[in-house]
Parts: sequence; C-alpha cells; structure tokens
Amino acid sequence: MDGQTAMKFLREMLKIRYFELKAAELFMQGLMAGNIHTCAGQEAAEVGACQALRETDFITSTHRGHGHCIAKGGQVDIMMAELFGKATGYCKGKGGSMHIVDVGLGILGANGIVGAGIPIATGSALASKIRGADEVTLAFFGDAASNQGSFHEALNMASAWKLPCVFVCENNKYGVSVCIDRVCNVEDIATRAVAYNIPGVVVDGNDVFEVYEAVKTAVERARSGEGPSLVECKTYRHRGHYEGDPQIYKTPEEVGYWKDRDPILRLRQKMTDANLATVVELDVLEAEVKAEIEAAVEFAKQSPYPAVDQVTMDVYANDNERSVIR
Amino acid sequence: MREINYGQAISEAMHEEMVRDGSVIILGEDMGVMGSVFGLTKGFMDEFGAHRVIDTPISEAGFTGMAVGAAMRGLRPIVELMYVDFAPICLDPIVNQAAKMRYMTGGQVKVPLVIRAPGGAGRRNAGQHSQSLEALFTHIPGLKVVAPATPYDAKGLLKSAIREDDPVMFLEHKILYAQKGEVPETEYLIPLGKADVKRQGKDVTIIAYSRQVVFALEAAKELAAQGIEAEVIDLRTLVPLDWETIETSVKKTHRVVVVQEAVKRGGYAGEIATQIMENAFDELDAPVKRVAGLNVVLPFSPALEDAAYPSAKDIVAGVRDVVK
Ligand SMILES: Cc1ncc(C[n+]2csc(CCOP(=O)(O)OP(=O)(O)O)c2C)c(N)n1
Ligand SMILES: [Mg+2]
Repeated sequence: MDGQTAMKFLREMLKIRYFELKAAELFMQGLMAGNIHTCAGQEAAEVGACQALRETDFITSTHRGHGHCIAKGGQVDIMMAELFGKATGYCKGKGGSMHIVDVGLGILGANGIVGAGIPIATGSALASKIRGADEVTLAFFGDAASNQGSFHEALNMASAWKLPCVFVCENNKYGVSVCIDRVCNVEDIATRAVAYNIPGVVVDGNDVFEVYEAVKTAVERARSGEGPSLVECKTYRHRGHYEGDPQIYKTPEEVGYWKDRDPILRLRQKMTDANLATVVELDVLEAEVKAEIEAAVEFAKQSPYPAVDQVTMDVYANDNERSVIR
Repeated sequence: MREINYGQAISEAMHEEMVRDGSVIILGEDMGVMGSVFGLTKGFMDEFGAHRVIDTPISEAGFTGMAVGAAMRGLRPIVELMYVDFAPICLDPIVNQAAKMRYMTGGQVKVPLVIRAPGGAGRRNAGQHSQSLEALFTHIPGLKVVAPATPYDAKGLLKSAIREDDPVMFLEHKILYAQKGEVPETEYLIPLGKADVKRQGKDVTIIAYSRQVVFALEAAKELAAQGIEAEVIDLRTLVPLDWETIETSVKKTHRVVVVQEAVKRGGYAGEIATQIMENAFDELDAPVKRVAGLNVVLPFSPALEDAAYPSAKDIVAGVRDVVK
C-alpha cells in the first residue's frame, strides 16, 4: 500500500459515505420522492472491487447502487439530480435512485429487481467474449440475491462457458429484515461456488485492500479466459434497508461490533499508523469531499424538472409516437 | 361504525382466517419478524408460529411454486409478493401450474391459493415498483382476480378468497393502504364476482376498480356540480365479472366510461368495453370510452408520474366526451 493509492481509495469511499448521508438527510426532509437505499458501511467492498477494474470494464448494480456507481466513476452531481427527479439526472429523472446507468462509464445499471443484474452481467461478459474484447463484467449483488434462481442459473452458464465475469456478493447479513442464516444453510455464500466449479473466496469486506486484492485476482482470471469467480465481502449496512426502517431485526451488540469495524475509520487509522498521511491531510480530504457533495446538492436543487411531454419519450427507439398512442 | 384503513382490513381478514382454519399459512418476504414491509402481519409470527408465518428467502419462483404444491396437498397458502411487479419472476407457478392444475387433471386437483400483491403508481417508485398488472392475470383461464377499492370490500373479499378452492390473485393498491373506511367488527364475507354500485346516477356509467374507484367518485361529485349524474360501478372482482350489474346500469344510462390505472393497451377496460359492445350495443347512445394510463413505463420524477395515469379530472374529461 502506497500513500497515493490509499488516498485515492479513501477519497472514493468518503465520496460514497457523504453522498449517502446527504441523500438520507434530504430524503428525511422530504426533498426527495420515492425510496432510497443507502450503502453507508459498505464502501470498502464497492471501492475495492471497482478499483480492480479498468475504465473499459463493466458493472451491474442493485437497488443499493449509489456506491457502485460512484466507485465506477459516476458523477455525484448528475446522480444527485437523478435522485431529485430532475431533467439533468443520469436518466432524465425517469429512473430515480434505483436505476442509475452510465453506459459510457461501464455502469450497465442499478436495478429494482433483486437478482436481475447477475444474468445481465453474464450476458455482458458473453458479448465481450463473442466480440473478442478483453473486457470483464462485474456483478454486484447482496447476500439475499444469492437465493434467487437468477444467481444460480447465471453462475452455471458463466462457468460452463468460461465467461469473463466476476460475481461480487456484498454480504451485509440481511435482506430487508431477514437474516441470511434463517433462509440459507451455508455459512458463506462463497461456498456456493463449489456447485459451479469456480473459485469462491471470502474476504473482509470492510478492508478495502483485501477486497481489492481478491477481486484483482478474479478479474485477471476472467480476463485471461479462465472463467468467472465468486468473491464474498462480509460487510454491514449502517443504516436501515430503506430510510425510515426501524431496524427491529438488528441487535445493539451487532451494530456496535460493526461500528468498530467502520471501513473508513479503519482505513484512516491504517494510513496514519503507517505514516502515509497526517490527520490534517485526511481532514482536508474529507472537507474537499464534503464540499463536492454540497455542490452536487446545489446542482440538483437548481436543475429543472423534466418537461411533462417527456413522459411519452424514450419508450421506443423508432416510431415512438405512434407506438405510444396506439 | 368503527373506521380502519385498507391495510388493517387486509390484516384482519388474514388474521381471522388463520384463527378459523389451521390450514391457512402465510409465505412471503419479511412477513414474519418484520410483520411485512407494509405492517400487515405484525405479531402474526409470535401468535401462529414460524411454521405458519414464513419468512421466505428472495426466491419468488421457488416459494410461489412451493405454495402451489402445499395447496395441492390441502393447505391454504397466502403468498405475498411484496410488489406485483415481482410477479413476472414467478409467472410459471402462477400461469402454468396453479391456473391449469384443476383443468389439466380432469378436475382431480384443487389449488386453494391466494396471491396477494400490491401494485399501483403514485409513490414515485419508478417503473419496476409501480405497475398495475391485472391484465396479465385476467388473461389466464383458471385464475380468479380481485381488486378491491375500500377497506370494507378488501376484508370481505380476502376472507372469501382464502376460502376459495381455486387460485385467486388478490391485487391491492399501495396508495389505498392508508385509506380509511367503515368496517364492522362482526364477521362478514363478500362473495367473489359481485360488483358494487358505489353511486347511483342516470346519465352515465363509470366502471372502475381498485384506486380508480376513489377517483371515479371524486369525478362524479364534480360532474354532479356540472349537472351530470354519474353512476359509479366498482367491479371489485375482475374474474368472474359481474355482467348483470354492468348490463343493468348500461340499460339505465346508455353511456359508459371504463377506467383503469394500468396502461391502456391490452388492459382490462378494453375487455369490458368489448363485452358491452358485443352484448349491449343497441343500448348505447355513444361509443364506450376508456380512461387509462398512458402506454409508457411509469416514470420516477414527480414531474412526470402524475401525467402517466388517470385521476379524477381525466375521468371528468372522459365523461364529457360521451355525454354531449
Ligand atoms: C425480485 C425482488 N424481490 C423482492 C424485492 C424487494 N427487496 C428489495 S431489496 C430486498 C433485499 C435485498 O437483500 P440483499 O440482496 O441482501 O441486498 P441488500 O438490500 O442487503 O443490499 C428486497 C427483498 C425486489 N426489489 N425484487
Ligand atoms: Mg443483504
């Protein structure tokens, strides 16, 4: 670990943290409509995984997707505008929090359907293979998504055809209120890789470097044509499943345990311990990131709503008007 | 009479039937510990046990298929799909299994299964969490389809649905959960297949179901101020359809507007309009009019969503088109 890399990783993680805390605050103030799922606490998994990718690689994301998008290079102002339902947002206000996409950055999309991104990532990998491109596609998904048929079917095909993809499970222990150990009889999701004869590894999902190293190995394997891997990151979401979730299913001990393992505080500590940065430098970095998020909020607030005639646009590529009217 | 909301009415219906009949079980995501994301099964797991109130994994195809199997073996499962938008994940157990079992076994097998699924727009939940998908189910022989608009109807119909010996799609509307209405404390049932005339009128018939009934009644008030007396029929059950109530009203008013929140193309309103055309054409003084959602994906932005599906003013405009 060198200082520059550590700073880069930390900056991305902070960006996610402050984006999420800000979004939650605005949501609770009633400034955002709909529903948001924040990923505070899971930043190391998201940043560690995306840092192991090239800019030309792809990801699919989930309903809890803000962190994935930021980690893959998404712009926080355009993201924030989407959360506000503004015309300047990534999807012109049509998708909202759960549907951010930037194909140019390789972000094939967050998704409102649990498990849906996994076969889509596998299909993206198929496209790379057929075209002979050396891109890799990485699918992010939760512990609970690994109980969907889509997960098992996709892993089977990816393995059978040695597709260049990487499956990254962020195991935060819960699918909404349901603890994974009540609905799944393996201790580690990574064990499921055995069924598909692919590597399955478990990492400390709150250690950004551990995630980075594991995903890097998986990405190299995928790129060299040896097929997919499953990487499970053990982590925890600090906030509710959705904003406003009373979280009756969590125990104070568990919350405390994970608070002590906050991925951002851990990285900060590591960096100061190893003399890679001073506390002052880290505080400056934090202030810069906070300012960037504030600017994003300002951009979103100042942006216009989409004009109402946009409601019928973009349903089809051709013959849109007739197809919508009839 | 006491007032409770639509969500509480659904909760009470499930509770009463669970107490009454030990073969009723509940399966779905977050139904147990959390008491469902809409709070409808709070306390059920403690009262009835984790074997009757089952927190499933996120495996819609799997647990809906299991519910079909359990129903074939004599249980009466109530499955909750957290959003009706997830039904496409488990269309096989619904469409190819539950719906067809009785017929394809020559009547040997019954599937007494209720699938509860909230749908509907208005909560800025975007395209994958806002749809009205009733037409997928009304299209499938073997399924009964219920879509109540009031707490009273929701409770009485759900209790009947649970006692049905055929699979029932019980389609709720998320916006209605908080809507209050009178519900007696004493037990009652509402039979499937009976519409309810929610307002009498002589000039035009508005046929609606689910949340659009609320808008239709609002529209009727506005129309009354303009001198038009609208009759509002709440279908309550889409399959089987209460043709008699429709026919009686058409013979009285001779003008019909059919309303649905779902996108217009291929919707159930078109089916009703066609049945009126086929069976009561001579009674009509104007073409039957549909008021329905735009043929678009439901958008997230508050600036767009309200334009995508009908509200009272669209129904008023629709009525003005047929009453000239
Ligand atoms: C097919 C489907 N079923 C259910 C839901 C409702 N839902 C949204 S997120 C979620 C839990 C997902 O848990 P997990 O995959 O572990 O991701 P996490 O929320 O923990 O990030 C559920 C049940 C959904 N969106 N899609
Ligand atoms: Mg989870």
